[in-house]
Amino acid sequence: MDQSIPIFVIIPLAASFFISMVGGRIRGFGKTLSVLVFLCTLIIALSYLISGNHASMVYKIGGWEPVGNIPIGIYLLLDPFSGFMLIIINTMAFLATLYSVNYMTKYTGEKYFYTLFCIMVAGLNGVVLAGDLFNLYVFLEITVIASYALVAFGTEKEELEASFKYQILGGMATALILFSIGMIYWYTKTLNIADITKMLASSNDRMLIQFCELILIAGFGLKAAIMPFHGWLPDAHSSAPSPISAMLSGVVIKAAGLYVIFRLFFNMFEITWEISVLITAIGTLSMVVGVFLAIGQWDLKRLLAYHSISQMGYVIIGVGMGMMIVATSGNMALASLAITGGLFHLINHAVFKGLLFLNAGAIEYRLGTRDLNQMGGLFEKMPLTSGTSLAASMAISGIPPFNGFFSKLVIIVAAIQAKFYLLAALAVIVSIITLASFMKFQRYAFFNGQAEDYGKDGIREVPFFMSFAMVVMAVLCLALSLLMIPSVRESFLQPAVDALLGNNEYFMNLLNM
Amino acid sequence: MIVFILCFILFLVGLFGLLTSRNIIKIIIGLSFMEFSVYLFLVLIGYIEGGQAPIVVEGIDIQMIVDPLPQAMVLTAIVIGLATKAMLLSTAIRIYKKFRSFDIRKIRSLKG
Repeated sequence: MDQSIPIFVIIPLAASFFISMVGGRIRGFGKTLSVLVFLCTLIIALSYLISGNHASMVYKIGGWEPVGNIPIGIYLLLDPFSGFMLIIINTMAFLATLYSVNYMTKYTGEKYFYTLFCIMVAGLNGVVLAGDLFNLYVFLEITVIASYALVAFGTEKEELEASFKYQILGGMATALILFSIGMIYWYTKTLNIADITKMLASSNDRMLIQFCELILIAGFGLKAAIMPFHGWLPDAHSSAPSPISAMLSGVVIKAAGLYVIFRLFFNMFEITWEISVLITAIGTLSMVVGVFLAIGQWDLKRLLAYHSISQMGYVIIGVGMGMMIVATSGNMALASLAITGGLFHLINHAVFKGLLFLNAGAIEYRLGTRDLNQMGGLFEKMPLTSGTSLAASMAISGIPPFNGFFSKLVIIVAAIQAKFYLLAALAVIVSIITLASFMKFQRYAFFNGQAEDYGKDGIREVPFFMSFAMVVMAVLCLALSLLMIPSVRESFLQPAVDALLGNNEYFMNLLNM
Repeated sequence: MIVFILCFILFLVGLFGLLTSRNIIKIIIGLSFMEFSVYLFLVLIGYIEGGQAPIVVEGIDIQMIVDPLPQAMVLTAIVIGLATKAMLLSTAIRIYKKFRSFDIRKIRSLKG
């Protein structure tokens, strides 16, 4: 199995190469190949999960063995937390490409779309597998360059402006991240995450480490669009083509932003009280302010984009509470519960926010508008879109049988048990406001009044592949509730939480082989 | 020490240009300044006073060598920076074709 780790990066990269070379000559080559590639990577990721082997695995590129316990060369590392992220990335990529088979026919240059899409997924897979800081940075840049181009894919005024904003802020984030990596390298003389952990454990220069930590939070916070750094997100996510919005909101801000923050602060730096309070505070801020910015929006995709900021806040407060409990060396079972809630909400948000963006794309596909005021009465004309979006809306606002309810419940229960009553109250209030805002979406889009007929043959259900992707995601919205059953959670969610908390195993595996 | 301070000043010059100029080409130049100051910083941390080039030749005894890893890192980072700059400038060209202007005060189709 450990020989198959580089496949996650190699196959999508090779596919992007072939699509850009051959895609123009053979009809349908790009879509077929990219769907197959993501199906293949998804199956490999699932096979790691199902095998029940939760040890971390290392792949040494070029076979460079450690010399005297000092790692040289580039290592890729697959542990349960990376595996968890890989499943999210490849599931979403598979469903989004399936959706694009019909959706992208209205754009020109389809082969470039699939080329860029494959590069983006290759970068994302690399980010979650990278075992050293510099390769993490390289894969991160591969991802964001592809997503800059994909945001601007329509090349209209709005897309270009959004992409330009995204690129300037992304460029600043890149400079900060590289600067911080340089500082860490200067201090520890190594780039390998496991080796840095060992070096930092025996150091006592708190000021310098804290400085690096703050710059890393700023850099990856810009990529994750948490609250003080959120400026680019609503523009970029609402202007991109809908499958790309689903990927950006569902996967990119998580894998390129939050994953790295969690990984570095749990497994590389020592968890300190100040940093965990800071992370929880920005999480709370984005949760509360995001939802208030969302409720006044009339552009459907912009509304969903602001809700992404707010829902990311839930993930951050879940994990941040866990960090605070660990920092005060409190009850580890409680810390584990809080982090479980956070990660559970992370996978849930990927599914339901992806579905909501696909619904928005389906509406745009038939009506040609994103303005909620111009929609209405779509319930009868587009029953599948309406039904799936109802499921996703109920999931995001936390209505019981759906997954969003359970993850929010876990976070709130953990907050109450850890005596963070204010956080629990805010989480409940934000959830209620989310419900109000999605009732507005449902009412104006599907039930109220009648939309004018735009197309030649009226408004009807979207084509097969689009509906299929949406239905699969709606089923996943319900099926992920099963993660609440203890035995399922033990085999899927708990290993990822343990990989974060048991930071020993992560670098033991890298160094002692 | 003075080189690090100069490097930081270069970073601040880039940040100032990025924040205050209204022409998108000048914004891109400001961003490049910031990135280049980071590249300079990376090169500087690899330098060791009195160090020689890290090339091992038989018969020549080297006492102290400079750290070669930051040089490899900075080459990679420059190539990545080139790709991002190419992307930014091509976006700028497209923006000019659509808006007929480089002024960010006129490029405001997104609100809210």
